[in-house]
Amino acid sequence: MKINYCDALVIGGGLAGLRAAVAAQKKGLSTVVLSLVPVKRSHSAAAQGGMQASLGNSKMSDGDNEDLHFADTVKGSDWGCDQEVARMFVHTAPKAIRELASWGVPWTRVRAGTREAVINAKKTTITEDEDRHGLITSRDFGGTKKWRTCYTADATGHTMLFGVANEALRHDVDIRDRKEALSIIHEDGRCYGAVVRDLITGELEAYVAKGTCIATGGYGRVFKQTTNAVICEGTGQAIALETGIATLGNMEAVQFHPTPIVPSGILLTEGCRGDGGILRDVDGHRFMPDYEPEKKELASRDVVSRRMIEHIRNGKGVPSPYGYHVWLDISILGREHIEKNLRDVQEICQIFNGIDPADEGPKGWAPVLPMQHYSMGGIRTKPTGESQNLKGLFACGEAACWDMHGFNRLGGNSVSETVVAGMIIGNYFADFCLENDVTIPTATIQKFLDEQDKYLDEILSYNGSESIFKIKNRMKELMDEKVGIFRDGPHLEEAVEELKELLVKTKQITVKSKERAGNPELEEAYRVPKMLKVALCVAKGARDRTESRGAHYREDYLKRDDVNWLNRTLTSWPNSDALEPEITYEPLDIMKMEMPPAFRGYGAKGMIIENELSAKRQAQVDEITEKMQAEGKDRHEIQDALMPFELPMNYKERNERAGDK
Amino acid sequence: MSAQKGREITISVLKFNPRSKVSKPHFVDYKLEETPGMTLFIALNYIRENFDPDLSFDFVCRAGICGSCGMVVNGKPALACRTLIANYPEEKLTLMPMPAFELIKDLSVNTGKWMDKMSKRVESWIHSNEEVDISKMEERVDPDIADQTFELDRCIECGICVASCGTILMRPDFVGPVGLNRIARFEVDPHDNRTAEDFYELIGDDNGIFGCMSLMACEDHCPKHLPLQNKIAYLRRKLVSLR
Repeated sequence: MKINYCDALVIGGGLAGLRAAVAAQKKGLSTVVLSLVPVKRSHSAAAQGGMQASLGNSKMSDGDNEDLHFADTVKGSDWGCDQEVARMFVHTAPKAIRELASWGVPWTRVRAGTREAVINAKKTTITEDEDRHGLITSRDFGGTKKWRTCYTADATGHTMLFGVANEALRHDVDIRDRKEALSIIHEDGRCYGAVVRDLITGELEAYVAKGTCIATGGYGRVFKQTTNAVICEGTGQAIALETGIATLGNMEAVQFHPTPIVPSGILLTEGCRGDGGILRDVDGHRFMPDYEPEKKELASRDVVSRRMIEHIRNGKGVPSPYGYHVWLDISILGREHIEKNLRDVQEICQIFNGIDPADEGPKGWAPVLPMQHYSMGGIRTKPTGESQNLKGLFACGEAACWDMHGFNRLGGNSVSETVVAGMIIGNYFADFCLENDVTIPTATIQKFLDEQDKYLDEILSYNGSESIFKIKNRMKELMDEKVGIFRDGPHLEEAVEELKELLVKTKQITVKSKERAGNPELEEAYRVPKMLKVALCVAKGARDRTESRGAHYREDYLKRDDVNWLNRTLTSWPNSDALEPEITYEPLDIMKMEMPPAFRGYGAKGMIIENELSAKRQAQVDEITEKMQAEGKDRHEIQDALMPFELPMNYKERNERAGDK
Repeated sequence: MSAQKGREITISVLKFNPRSKVSKPHFVDYKLEETPGMTLFIALNYIRENFDPDLSFDFVCRAGICGSCGMVVNGKPALACRTLIANYPEEKLTLMPMPAFELIKDLSVNTGKWMDKMSKRVESWIHSNEEVDISKMEERVDPDIADQTFELDRCIECGICVASCGTILMRPDFVGPVGLNRIARFEVDPHDNRTAEDFYELIGDDNGIFGCMSLMACEDHCPKHLPLQNKIAYLRRKLVSLR
């Protein structure tokens, strides 16, 4: 038996995991990062458009601050988020971006003078002031009041990931790639690390630590049509679920992105629309203003995705061998802009579809269709990032339900979350590791190792007629067909039942090669049951939530129901032999909110079942605000009176801005 | 999808498991029908799911962004995810793992281990003693300089330049085009305080900037079209003056 001891164990080597690891290592802890792939290949690299942070540097973002970012995030979440966490997030985001700049991320900068931009399909001239020259600039994204999304062309995730990974190298973080966590080691409600399989040698080892942080990203690959990398299979959430103790939050909250390209599903960034690109239908007509006259293509992602499908259902889709789609037209931005700021988008169109999106007219239009994109759900945590139920287990980034996104995430808030959560949760996590010891007996560690060892032998001894690949593909189809953008009770019920059957079938397979190492079919055989458990949490959570909120849209319950459903879904799997998760709910307290539930400002009006506490709390908020304003208090003091929040390190310090008076 | 039947193509793959006592390197042919827009990502997954569940290869983003899937396609290293089969008029594609890297199995090679060593060798991080207060305004950077840094920061460490490099075949410790590009990137970045002398310490030898034979296959094959030729020439001129 091989046991690796360390102070802080991070599972997952994307932006969130690496940033958390840097936080731990800098506090003097021996920190190990485990990753399925070399860390610079993580899905974080695929983030194109940018990172939201209210710097307020450029002309179109002048006057931006934490309050506006907070309001946009809460509205974006359709009031499903934890407002305290959203506050922690928006306050730290400007610090994150400035830290990344000092780590070498080559953010695109403000250039003094005039430039042309396309706003609402019209050429507009923007003049940047001389005194802002060289500061970090930002672009427009959906659902935001200001141009807040900072970027490096359309390769933002890539440059951020390399910046953070390099910083981890600089601090000698012990990064070990091609390692997969199979189960969590825990005793008496406390987590002590994980059983890990080396993906090259097939060897099982234990990693034992004072604290463990899961940062394994989302679970998009339980769907067929997804923008996610092939490693985003949700197994990080699954191993937490399989403890029977840790819970997952809001797993049914799954975001669909409006503009992946058809048929490959590769994402064309929201920056395409943020920079002025528009959507067209089969007649070449720009249809979004007909549905969303105010925000048009830049309403939130859930709204735009649904409007596209609605328009296709109205007979305006473009027929293709892969079904109906609509067009994304960025040619109106001009070749120069595309070749500088949307180069990866151009390359994706050229290589995978043979289109040059800079070509004017229909020739350059790219076929797009909404597909699965982001997992708002994940391992449910406290604001410190620690599991509510399993002590010593932390989670951050897309793997977690922390929960600043609620039921819909705004573009540019996810890469931002990875690093910001890595900073905040990473520090709380490090403090936990400093304050607690490893007290688990070796025999217990051995028990967890033996369990996995026996499980792998069991899989290799299965002698059935099913194929693990077919089971996986059926799950993905099922999730697309019945748990997709538009949902209803009967289909969700069918999905839950069939997913349970598929879970049973995972034991009725035969794995051809009996090798323990270098055997991709064996890897599928232990991953797919985990994926099915995650899929069941999504489907069952969606079936039981009889309302529409954010990305969760029920055609049989069209309204957002703040009376019955202003809560968070919690799923757990206490009985390992069970075929479905258990569900409980965690209420959201309106009377503690800084921003009580209201209309989002986009999407259909009058679609809310209002909670009477909303008006009551709003009156309170207004009263406190007016009184304090009259006393000459500033916005920070008023905010503190409405909803105080804590942050580690010196992250609570006020953010300086060029526009400060 | 058109009703018309696609071409029958043959994907010939080098199979070998260096960890097995009985495995010997050999080619296996898989025949399949080409579908519109079929890439090697699609074809290899089809092969694994339908013909050979034991076949090892690496993909992550499948969109040309992460650099996981470098392999040698008909003699030239390329990213498999964005290799369109339609671009090959011959009906047979031969796939081999990239040379220069440790073989894991079949088409899978350990680029991570190589890149980690390279990153540590060129100290691939910002060198600065300045304590930055992240609550305060960020340091200004000229937009042109930021753009220049970004241009060189676009490297995805796919290893294709390394697999293309003649020098590496003779000098296994050669830092490779990817390592030299990394130096060029930090040389431009105003946040990094290292001097030309510092960079000379890192790469001023025959395993560094003076080992390059200027064959330039690195630039020919780079999927991100990085200006490797220019940058290597520039660095060599700059560092040779320090000799």
